[in-house]
Amino acid sequence: MTEFLYMGGYGGYVWSAYGLCLLVLLANVIAARLRNHNARREVKKYTGREQ
Amino acid sequence: MWTWAHKFGSPGYFYALAGKVNPWLTALYIALFATGLYLGLVVAPTDYQQGDSYRIIFVHVPSAWMSMFVYVVMAVFAAIGLIWRLKLTAVLAKASAPLGASFTFLALATGSIWGKPMWGTWWVWDARLTSELILLFLYLGFMALQAAMPDRQTAWRAGAILLLVGVVNIPIIHFSVDWWYTLHQPATITKLGAPSIHPSMLVPLLIMAVAFKVFYLSLLLSRARAEILHRERRTRWVQELARSGQL
Amino acid sequence: MRKQQTFSIFTGILRRDLKLAVRAPSQWINPLLFFLIAVSLFPLGVGPEQNMLREIAPGVIWVAALLAAMLAQDSLFRADFEDGSLEQMLISSRPMSMIIMAKVLAHWLVTGLPLIVLSPVLSILMGLSLVGWWALLLTLLLGTPILSLLGAVGAALVVSVKRGGVLLSLLVLPLCIPVLIFATAVVQTAGVGLAIEGQVSLLGALLALSVTLSPIAIAGALRVTGGAA
Repeated sequence: MTEFLYMGGYGGYVWSAYGLCLLVLLANVIAARLRNHNARREVKKYTGREQ
Repeated sequence: MWTWAHKFGSPGYFYALAGKVNPWLTALYIALFATGLYLGLVVAPTDYQQGDSYRIIFVHVPSAWMSMFVYVVMAVFAAIGLIWRLKLTAVLAKASAPLGASFTFLALATGSIWGKPMWGTWWVWDARLTSELILLFLYLGFMALQAAMPDRQTAWRAGAILLLVGVVNIPIIHFSVDWWYTLHQPATITKLGAPSIHPSMLVPLLIMAVAFKVFYLSLLLSRARAEILHRERRTRWVQELARSGQL
Repeated sequence: MRKQQTFSIFTGILRRDLKLAVRAPSQWINPLLFFLIAVSLFPLGVGPEQNMLREIAPGVIWVAALLAAMLAQDSLFRADFEDGSLEQMLISSRPMSMIIMAKVLAHWLVTGLPLIVLSPVLSILMGLSLVGWWALLLTLLLGTPILSLLGAVGAALVVSVKRGGVLLSLLVLPLCIPVLIFATAVVQTAGVGLAIEGQVSLLGALLALSVTLSPIAIAGALRVTGGAA
């Protein structure tokens, strides 16, 4: 396991590259979720006002 | 064909369809990422020249492919939007821009991290990295133009023209940067860009490429759904969805 | 008859824009001064050593020309947009591409051409050889019209945006990179005494391409953004 993490001495580079990817992709997922959440709330606010 | 296009292009239909498809896409990209990462990080053998640092290829190359792919997709939306005035194209292109910029940023950042052990510095004005940097500027320019114009319709049509101008220019920029790089070829020969690639490395690379594509598609649908809800919040179909508790 | 009419539109717009430029000289003199000052900052920034200056001269002069062109571009459609004459042009049945070409040509005559006139002074300041100066002249002659055309696309896109100058540069500068690459390569190659025909013909090809394609993009952009002031 430590050998796997070590990556033949390149562990720092490999894992920071993969970590950065995870971070950016995850940020995109969260941003999309938030946008959907906010849009739904916006719609419901409008519905509430109408009734 | 036309009735299909109009049915598909109607926001309500698209919203429902995207909502039905998206959970499957999410499951698919998670499975693809898991397989790709397992094959790429565990199964694929160590490269005899670059050691284990080459494993960055499994995220670097797919993001670089995606960065160009997304721009072309946006330009296609732009052309369709300008010619046939389909409302949906604006939603899809604007939802694509931050995703494409993210992929471009990832291609740059992972390329730079890979360059450190290979070239000895974080940044080299290498043809591919330079082209990728210019592509990032093009994405940011499109997003800045969208942000600067208050009227949504005008902003999208101006952005569509910019995208078409950009997509005509990209091959020229690419060619000129390649030519510039060979002109100023540095003395040290880089180890990147191996002439052939072993199947044990190619398979995870292709799986990761497909995973990135599915990820893009899923996020595109998700962002587009949010944008449609926002734009159509006052229309009857959205209000009916909200009242029946299906939102 | 019709051909003649089209031509008279072209010359009419050209004459009108040139007259306006003569009346408001600061619009084209200021970018020119910017060009001169920007180039003369480099020796102060990197040191007065002749050899180094000669080496960076093509890049410095061309980057400064690029920035000066972007500064000048912002005013291309602005006045016509604000006083409503742009809308008149769009509504009228006159060929839009003719109007655009006339406007871009007039703009190039007052912003691009002075850069070329100024180039001997800059070549002396940056220690370029006579051959290098000829090459610089040639590239400016072929390259600045491309900058004007590309800049006009950007100017048309941002015409309705208040303080759109910086945005214009963001949009257009990446598209100008091929011009920068080929133009500086010509001057560098000429400086070491090699043949430059290849690069010059590439610049010529870029010019031909932008003359044919950008009026379409400019007209499209103006139809989108140039409507109501």
